[in-house]
Amino acid sequence: MALLQEAFLFLAAGVVAVPLASRLGLGSVLGYLIAGVMIGPFVLGFVGDTEHIMHFAEFGVVMMLFLIGLELQPPVLWQLRKPILGMGGLQVIVTTLIIAGIAMLFGFSWQMGIAIGLILSSSSTAIALQILGEKNLMQTEGGKGSFAVLLFQDIAVIPIIAILPLLTSQGSEPIQVATANSSYLDSLPDWQQALVVIGAIISLILIGRYLLRPVFRFIAESHLREMFTATALMLVVGTALLMNMVGLSPALGAFIAGVVLANNEYRHELEANIDPFKALLLGLFFMSVGASIDFNLLLKHPLMVSLVVLGLVAVKFVILWGLAKIFNIQGGYRYWFAFALAQGGEFGFVLLSFSLQNQVLPAEIVDVLTAAIALSMVLTPVLILFNERLVQPLFESGEEEAYEEPMDKQHNPVIVAGFGRFGQIVSRLLIANGVQVTVLDHSATHIERVRRFGFKIFYGDASRDDLLHTAGAAKAKLLVIAVDDRATITKIVETSKRHFPNLKLYVRAYDVVHYHELQRLGVDYIERELFLGSLHLGEMVLQELGMRAYQARRKAQQFAKHDQDTTKRLSSFELGSKKYISISQQAREEVLELLQADRINRDQQEQDNAWNAEERTQRHP
Amino acid sequence: MNNRILILFAHPALERSRVHYRLLKAAQTVEGVTCHDLYQLYPDFLINVDREQELLTQHEIILFQYPLYWYSSPAILKEWQDLVLEYGFAYGQQGSALRGKLFANVISAGGSRAAYQADGENHFTIRELLRPFEQTANLCGMIYVPPFVIHDANDLSQAEIDATASEYQQLLSQLHAQHLSVPALTRLHYLNELIA
Repeated sequence: MALLQEAFLFLAAGVVAVPLASRLGLGSVLGYLIAGVMIGPFVLGFVGDTEHIMHFAEFGVVMMLFLIGLELQPPVLWQLRKPILGMGGLQVIVTTLIIAGIAMLFGFSWQMGIAIGLILSSSSTAIALQILGEKNLMQTEGGKGSFAVLLFQDIAVIPIIAILPLLTSQGSEPIQVATANSSYLDSLPDWQQALVVIGAIISLILIGRYLLRPVFRFIAESHLREMFTATALMLVVGTALLMNMVGLSPALGAFIAGVVLANNEYRHELEANIDPFKALLLGLFFMSVGASIDFNLLLKHPLMVSLVVLGLVAVKFVILWGLAKIFNIQGGYRYWFAFALAQGGEFGFVLLSFSLQNQVLPAEIVDVLTAAIALSMVLTPVLILFNERLVQPLFESGEEEAYEEPMDKQHNPVIVAGFGRFGQIVSRLLIANGVQVTVLDHSATHIERVRRFGFKIFYGDASRDDLLHTAGAAKAKLLVIAVDDRATITKIVETSKRHFPNLKLYVRAYDVVHYHELQRLGVDYIERELFLGSLHLGEMVLQELGMRAYQARRKAQQFAKHDQDTTKRLSSFELGSKKYISISQQAREEVLELLQADRINRDQQEQDNAWNAEERTQRHP
Repeated sequence: MNNRILILFAHPALERSRVHYRLLKAAQTVEGVTCHDLYQLYPDFLINVDREQELLTQHEIILFQYPLYWYSSPAILKEWQDLVLEYGFAYGQQGSALRGKLFANVISAGGSRAAYQADGENHFTIRELLRPFEQTANLCGMIYVPPFVIHDANDLSQAEIDATASEYQQLLSQLHAQHLSVPALTRLHYLNELIA
């Protein structure tokens, strides 16, 4: 019951605070943090020690990196190598040295200075990426730069954990790692440890590339949606465990797993399944940060704590701003980048308790720094607001285009749902014309079959809004619904109308009745599935019966035009009503008249007569 | 009453056009002008004759705007004439729907004015090459007005195109607003001279 009570408290606090914060334009992160403060021990006191919750909630960061990996094709990652190593590496080294220098000015030993610098050099992946994602900035220079730095920090964690125990000033024997990073490997010699680590990463890549496709296919064929959710979670949790076992950062491992699966047909399905867990866990993480802030310490040493917090944010901001300048991040994006990363990271908490256990830092320092990191996290959304309201407007002129453009490049403007006989023709025509298309299909067997012909399509049920979302429906221009089941078609139309009202819908209709139904739902264009093929066959029969090709084509075109107009007109009447039937009958008579009275052969005799010289001279004397 | 102007526009590759795209945009801003983009409306050449005839009766000035292809109009404009200018509507004993309307071509040509001369590469003047249109107008009882011609269409700079577009705009406004003397109009060699 205690667990349920706690869950209820956190959920309720989030449900109240986050929509309010969003409404007020403060962003979800600040909402969660405030909710955490409110239920924490220093305000309402609903929850006590939140450390275990924070530990659990950090898994949200792992999921977040997995999802980011899913969106990054390996070549894109390769393009990022320079910012990751250059900008990320410089950020960690410069920040560490400067903070160490400042600490030494305040009388700390150099070992402690370096330790503090290393601990504070990382930023909060959760906060920075959540904010940049919310503002739709991930594809901009600022977003990519932030991501590069955060990724390097995640990699840097491994050597940092190795270095920290060496910095004990008392020279006492370091206590072997007691955090989650303890592993079976410690008994092995170094070179064997390294081999195991490399082996783990390679097996992660191999499993992702070769083993998972048939597994996903097997699961998809079971048609049990929760099994997919279970598989997706199992995958992320398993990766995290494997990484822990070999002493790597679980977030880094999850990221690698994500990149490996970025080309996988089941990517959108995975994303849609993991995303809600990630969002909830991150929310929980932010709340536990809020709840963990030690206000007693703040009240006892208000000046000292505020100075540490402000100093931390200011130093990081200046370094990041300088890096952004060196690495040519332009104008307003430079400020997004610097403000988004100017805080202590969640990994700082882990490193602090690790330093305490290894006697690298004394308890008083650890307490102050823990509070400082938490407060700097709270400060970030506030600074972001400041940036958005006061700094960014200075850069707005002329930058708007650059704002939009990278998004369009990244996201495919057309989504095609269904890659059967109908969807294939639509997609092939679009692809042949250089249009970027994302294709979704719900049959694992079918995907497997067309994959062998070199088509890249994704597994997913387009009637689910979360899947449409991960396929890019929010950014796409147009959704083609080409599946063959009329009920499914209607369902997809309803879902997209509700969740993506700006998405244009081009829809396959089963028959006239379905056509009317779709028209009433307000789709943008409807094509009856058998109409054009049948029409063309009819045209060919007319030719075979002796009609000249051009005549046959014109008859077919006129017939089609008339039929399409009638179908459109009939939609306003109830199917089978008297009016409906009388209009259809009338239309059938019309079409006979129309075809017999084509302008091209109308009154040929009379027209020919008109050309005789006599008549012309009559009119034009 | 002001003249209403119908521009029957034919360009099969407008997306690659520099001149006509600008001209069409300019024309659309003029009051009393209806732009009718034939290739966009009838991609399969299935021209709606009734609708076209109705449009014709609603306007006093009819312009064909097109790039000169093989000394004539792009194909859809010929199809349009074949179908819309029906016996009994445009000509023949009862065919008087177009009588008294003004008709002119608005064309672009790759060649210079000098190339369209008896001693130039093309041997005939634009006025001579457009004779079929002139006679079509005559047969329908319309008043044939000399063409508005843009020479060297492929070599114009952006500034020159802008200048031409604004001349076209002025021309349309004048045609719309003023009662022009028909003899004065028909005496011109090119309609361009009205603006210059």
